[in-house]
Amino acid sequence: MREFLTLDGNEAVASVAYRLSEVIAIYPITPASPMGEWADAWAAQGKLNLWGTVPAIVEMQSEGGAAGVVHGALQTGALASTFTASQGLLLMIPNMYKIAGELTPTVFHIAARSLAAQGLSIFGDHSDVMATRATGWPMLCSNSVQEAQDFALIAHAATLQSRLPFLHFFDGFRTSHEIAKIEPLGDEVLRAFVDDARIAELRARALSPDHPTLRGTAQNPDVYFQGRETVNPFYVECANVVERTMNLFAELTGRRYGLYEYHGAPDAERIIVLMGSGAEAVHETVDALNAQGEKVGVVKVRLFRPFDAARFVAALPVTTNAIAVLDRTKEPGSAGEPLYQDCVTALHEASLAVMPRVVGGRYGLSSKEFTPAMVKAVFDNLSQSQPKNHFTIGIRDDVGHTSLDFDAAFSIEPHSVTRAVFYGLGADGTVGANKNSIKIIGEQTEHYAQGYFVYDSKKSGSETVSHLRFGPQPIRSSYLIQQAHFVACHQPVLLERHDVLELIEPGGVFLLNTPYAAEEVWSHLPRRTQQQILDKRLKFYVINADRVARESGMGKQNNTVLQVCFFAIADVLPRDEAIAAIKESIKKTYGKKGEEIVQMNLRAVEETLAHLYEVAPPAKLNGHLELPPSAFLNAPPFACNVLGEIFAGRGDALPVSAMPADGVFPTNTARWEKRNIAAEIPAWDAQVCIQCGKCAMVCPHSVIRIKVYDEQHLAAAPATFKSCDAKDREWAGQKYTIQVAPEDCTGCGICVDVCPAKNKSQARLKAINMVPQPPLRAAERDNWDFFLTLPETDRRLIKISDIRRQQLQQPLFEFSGACSGCGETPYLKLLSQLFGDRALIANATGCSSIYGANLPTTPWAQNAEGRGPAWANSLFEDNAEFGLGFRVSLDKQREFAEELLRKLASLVGDELATAILTAQQKDEAEIYEQRERVAALKEKLLGLKSNEAKLLLPLADLLVKKSVWIVGGDGWAYDIGFGGLDHVLASGRNVNILVLDTEVYSNTGGQMSKATPRAAVAKFAAGGKHARKKDLGLIAMSYGNVYVASVAMGARDEHTLKAFLEAEAYDGVSLIIAYSHCIAHGINMTTGMQNQKAAVNAGHWLLYRHHPEHEQSLSLDSPAMKVPIENYLLMENRFKMLTKSHPDEAARLFEQAQQDVTARRRLYESLAARPAQETNTAEGK
Amino acid sequence: MSLQTNYLGMTLRTPLVVSASPLSQNLDNIKRMADAGASAVVLYSLFEEQLMLERYELHHHLTHGTESFAEALSFFPEPEFLQFGLDSYLEHIRRAKQAVDIPIIASLNGTALGRWTESAKRIYEAGADALELNIYSIPTDPELTGAEVEQNYLDIVAAVKAAVKIPVAVKLGPFFSSFANMARRLDDVGADALVLFNRFYQPDFDLEALEVKTNVLFSRSSSIRLPLRWIAILYGQIRAQLAATSGVHSAIDALKLLMAGANVTMLCSVLYERGLPQIGLIERAMLEWMDKHEYVSVAQMRGSLSQLHCSDPTAYERALYVQAVHTFKPQDL
Repeated sequence: MREFLTLDGNEAVASVAYRLSEVIAIYPITPASPMGEWADAWAAQGKLNLWGTVPAIVEMQSEGGAAGVVHGALQTGALASTFTASQGLLLMIPNMYKIAGELTPTVFHIAARSLAAQGLSIFGDHSDVMATRATGWPMLCSNSVQEAQDFALIAHAATLQSRLPFLHFFDGFRTSHEIAKIEPLGDEVLRAFVDDARIAELRARALSPDHPTLRGTAQNPDVYFQGRETVNPFYVECANVVERTMNLFAELTGRRYGLYEYHGAPDAERIIVLMGSGAEAVHETVDALNAQGEKVGVVKVRLFRPFDAARFVAALPVTTNAIAVLDRTKEPGSAGEPLYQDCVTALHEASLAVMPRVVGGRYGLSSKEFTPAMVKAVFDNLSQSQPKNHFTIGIRDDVGHTSLDFDAAFSIEPHSVTRAVFYGLGADGTVGANKNSIKIIGEQTEHYAQGYFVYDSKKSGSETVSHLRFGPQPIRSSYLIQQAHFVACHQPVLLERHDVLELIEPGGVFLLNTPYAAEEVWSHLPRRTQQQILDKRLKFYVINADRVARESGMGKQNNTVLQVCFFAIADVLPRDEAIAAIKESIKKTYGKKGEEIVQMNLRAVEETLAHLYEVAPPAKLNGHLELPPSAFLNAPPFACNVLGEIFAGRGDALPVSAMPADGVFPTNTARWEKRNIAAEIPAWDAQVCIQCGKCAMVCPHSVIRIKVYDEQHLAAAPATFKSCDAKDREWAGQKYTIQVAPEDCTGCGICVDVCPAKNKSQARLKAINMVPQPPLRAAERDNWDFFLTLPETDRRLIKISDIRRQQLQQPLFEFSGACSGCGETPYLKLLSQLFGDRALIANATGCSSIYGANLPTTPWAQNAEGRGPAWANSLFEDNAEFGLGFRVSLDKQREFAEELLRKLASLVGDELATAILTAQQKDEAEIYEQRERVAALKEKLLGLKSNEAKLLLPLADLLVKKSVWIVGGDGWAYDIGFGGLDHVLASGRNVNILVLDTEVYSNTGGQMSKATPRAAVAKFAAGGKHARKKDLGLIAMSYGNVYVASVAMGARDEHTLKAFLEAEAYDGVSLIIAYSHCIAHGINMTTGMQNQKAAVNAGHWLLYRHHPEHEQSLSLDSPAMKVPIENYLLMENRFKMLTKSHPDEAARLFEQAQQDVTARRRLYESLAARPAQETNTAEGK
Repeated sequence: MSLQTNYLGMTLRTPLVVSASPLSQNLDNIKRMADAGASAVVLYSLFEEQLMLERYELHHHLTHGTESFAEALSFFPEPEFLQFGLDSYLEHIRRAKQAVDIPIIASLNGTALGRWTESAKRIYEAGADALELNIYSIPTDPELTGAEVEQNYLDIVAAVKAAVKIPVAVKLGPFFSSFANMARRLDDVGADALVLFNRFYQPDFDLEALEVKTNVLFSRSSSIRLPLRWIAILYGQIRAQLAATSGVHSAIDALKLLMAGANVTMLCSVLYERGLPQIGLIERAMLEWMDKHEYVSVAQMRGSLSQLHCSDPTAYERALYVQAVHTFKPQDL
């Protein structure tokens, strides 16, 4: 009997690589991270490889490091492998040349992904793998989850046979994250491909002092060239090796693959050649078109390198007269993309009697959809007498006019495949339940199954769309569902945001989770939805899944309830069978988490069917709900027409001309989103408020603002606008308001948690309290709009050393899509308030770059003068260097400006020139004056005709002090970027480095970094981290001339403020390490600031400031340890989990953690007691 | 001279038993208790509701924020195996049994039946010599009648008794309309001993923070008055044995409770305040007192001042209050 498994591409590949490796080096990068995570988890569980030993899994500081480890492991005779993608693969390239040059067998598995160019993208295309095509690695491409598993084995087998290192790649997300039903490869099959003799040869070639050899020589012009040519026979033989391996694979598994695999009409005239998942969409379309009488075909290129020209040409039907070669990459300035060029060369060298016409095209960059409609357009192009060459498909290129038109309505979705689409929110468990459903159907029926999941770009309030297909044949549709039999809307609010029923076909089934009863729901539907239900004659079902979930003990997780509904009405399985399967699956999934968890899910299953109702829609429309107008309509043209369209989910329709050519986007745009994701928002009680400003300071989303103003401004205030007398003596006679942006708040509740003022009559109430948002939305929207019209307090008049007053400063970082209750963003907002109008920010890739600049909008904002932080992200690994580049550049240009000004002093006025050149600019007032002086200078320069004046004019603004900030997370600062960071620390230049330390790789899903503390459970540290956290601050202090502060806003906000001010004022390198609570800690994010405080009280996090110019350079600002570390550790799931998964290890590591903090505290106490060391602050910069 | 006593079917060397507290979370402490002369140890309580919340909490944190953002579909490695509080507790029982020769009594704490029977069964299987049920309920629902509260207690005891073969003691608070009747009914459903009394944590206020605080208040010797009265009243009236807990700080306290009718006296606050060696010191002082007063055994004194055997049975009833008021003089203030 054939065995099947339902899993995603990453797991399928990792399973093979793990079993065939002894050493695996890993580093997280989307979308390849799960392969490393699987390998680490299996090793932690003691799972054996094919030879009966647990592979050594080692996490490195970067992909470059991982490649180095693999190289070393290979040279010493081990079977080694790694997984990566995108920028990670680029970092491996130097080692890849070495590994290939030394004829060393290995396989790198790549979830192929776009490269950062005009912008970063985490999604799939072949840009990364194509960047390695010169390294000498054979490149094997798989097109589906089944193939990804199969080719993983073929690659591991072929590398041993050929001695050439293999790059096995498959499409990021489309294949790496697609869940599909596949036939797994058992150990016995793997064993058949392992040639012991080849392994013995590998061992024999290993470096060993017992038979020493020398490798990595420096070669000179006399012999290098010849040495390089020695490998040719291996490449000549490679295709034969792969073909033999594929043949053996077919014998053993029944699945036959070809190096250049043709599918289509034997007498096809038009052929598409391509690689990757898109080939399966072409395969499907070819079948559909041939069934209509066309003569088309597809060549799936499996082995891209070494490109076997003869085999490729032989794969083409002799009737071929036109070929379109599709590349999922772009090489600007080339004669054509790489596959196209290879095909053209191969055909040319084949000296065919009749040369087919060959054109090249680009498709699918960054997971752009590639549908049968697009495939048809490519074939149609080949029918033209003059087919367009170097075309694009899938976009509208109104700039280069490269694009082919296509008929989006063309669809070949077969009737035999059941298609279901689910709309949900990240928080409701929709995706998890759907993954479960796929497993149930895949493993309990004869049907094949496919699941693909689309997430939006926000970390809070994110929406998900699940696409599920089930059918009797393997599913090749490598694109989103275009016509669905079943649509479920798991959150009623999504009906207002999206055209949820756009994809449903006539007569389809629509399931809605709604708080309304079946008899009353109709009138609560948007009119558009009503119209679609009637027009398409849908079968309409409702359930109050939230209530069923709540009453079953499931809280907000309505997933099990809606999963039951799906099976009950979608007719995929007999209802009773489906319910039994769900129950079985629940026991399997949740059993280890405790009987209660199983029972609450089973209760939900039992309760569901009694609450599921079919609605007989009335024949008339009576919906009052219309889609609310987009706030982007009020935005400037680009924001409205481009960003607003992306926000509305219509980005695919934007033409090329809509996009900036150089990737430059405006700031100040998050304000137009108005996502309305908070169920509850804070409401201010002016009577209770003590006006301390803490709520505004900690608000991670900058939705709480404070203003102090003259009473006269209240004349036009809306009726519900709140204000009271300002309490601070400096504000005597003025009014005070705390206003919430109701439509931008995420409802995290941190503001309420930190509010120190309590209502004297009801102690549960504070000066700010969470209340339901919908009833307040309209009034508070007006209040917010009015609040924005109130004047900002003159920055020169704000005493910034005191939070109460400092919080009057306008945030220039607002409404980010970071996780609700994020621990990082309050620091960035503070930065933006204090220095934002003159700040340049170099931001390492990571959470802060994603919530900082994931299209369509950015939270980085501007003040009324149009000033605000200028922000850029270069890479993950180079951010410190990137930011140093800012400083060096600014300093040089300022120096040049000063030189020019000295020369022009007599013309612009000696007094003005001297004032500008000698200005200290130490506070807001002095900076203001300098800006005034520079404005005057520019006026004068406009009237001057000298060359110096022309040169000085564009540089004049550099004469106003600029603040350079280098921002990133601990993954950057402690690991991948540490080399550069260390160099910048030693540079002495005036840069400010802000490390948002979450003690884990947050953005990629919680992998261990060197900032991860001992005893924490993280991915790549499933058994708890054994080593202590790296002391980055101590390393920085060792330079003597670096200002270093370690802060935790939740522990002492005034300390944080002081550190930011001192760091920026210090004329040298400043490093602030900011403790940032994080969703990856497994904590209640509402009370995250309490976790920060607990971390400090237990000594887990030290507060200190090291000021090189102070006599006592180190000031230890933490209180003495108040509680044992265990008290703190048990507050956070990252530690507590270890007491459940490895209790003995937890006890041991907790004890060591206590020793760590005690010893570290003592060390810092002793350092704080020592006088300042001699520093080189004066000379060293 | 013998301090030997019987409790829960076991013959104990002395009546000095360590009551349930976090002190016994540490295996070394249990060894030190035995070394100091404890005749048995009631292990720290396994809080059923807490265990349940713990499982919910872990489930929440392992799923919260997952499947929401393409780059971070989860935040923790999926654990292959999870050991919750009960598993650790069972392991602790096994280790304690290996470490000392004295009986180990497990303690289950909760307010509703829940999964008590399953936990009790596993505790029994893990080798505990007996089980103490600490029914810890503050009924705050105005709709809940006293009869329903009492029935809940009886149901729990009956269910657990049916599930295990080891003796079961029930630790109670004193707040029943008719405590003697409640004791009798617990006796009827099979309780092997009553442990009198549980000291509920009493809330306090932090006026600066305007918050309700819970903090531990250690007992004083005066705290024995309540168990003393009820043990004296119940002695001889019910089949179940009686254990005294609350306020035992000295040999005199222990002797009084034994004379009221207790089979054992339990120590806790005194060990927190003055250390585990107090067990031995109290034992020695008891022996000295008995020697001085020519007692030969604990059995001899047990219940000698109970309502059944004392010279004035009404002393345990309301008259005592009346008498106390009558003998009170303002100058005592």
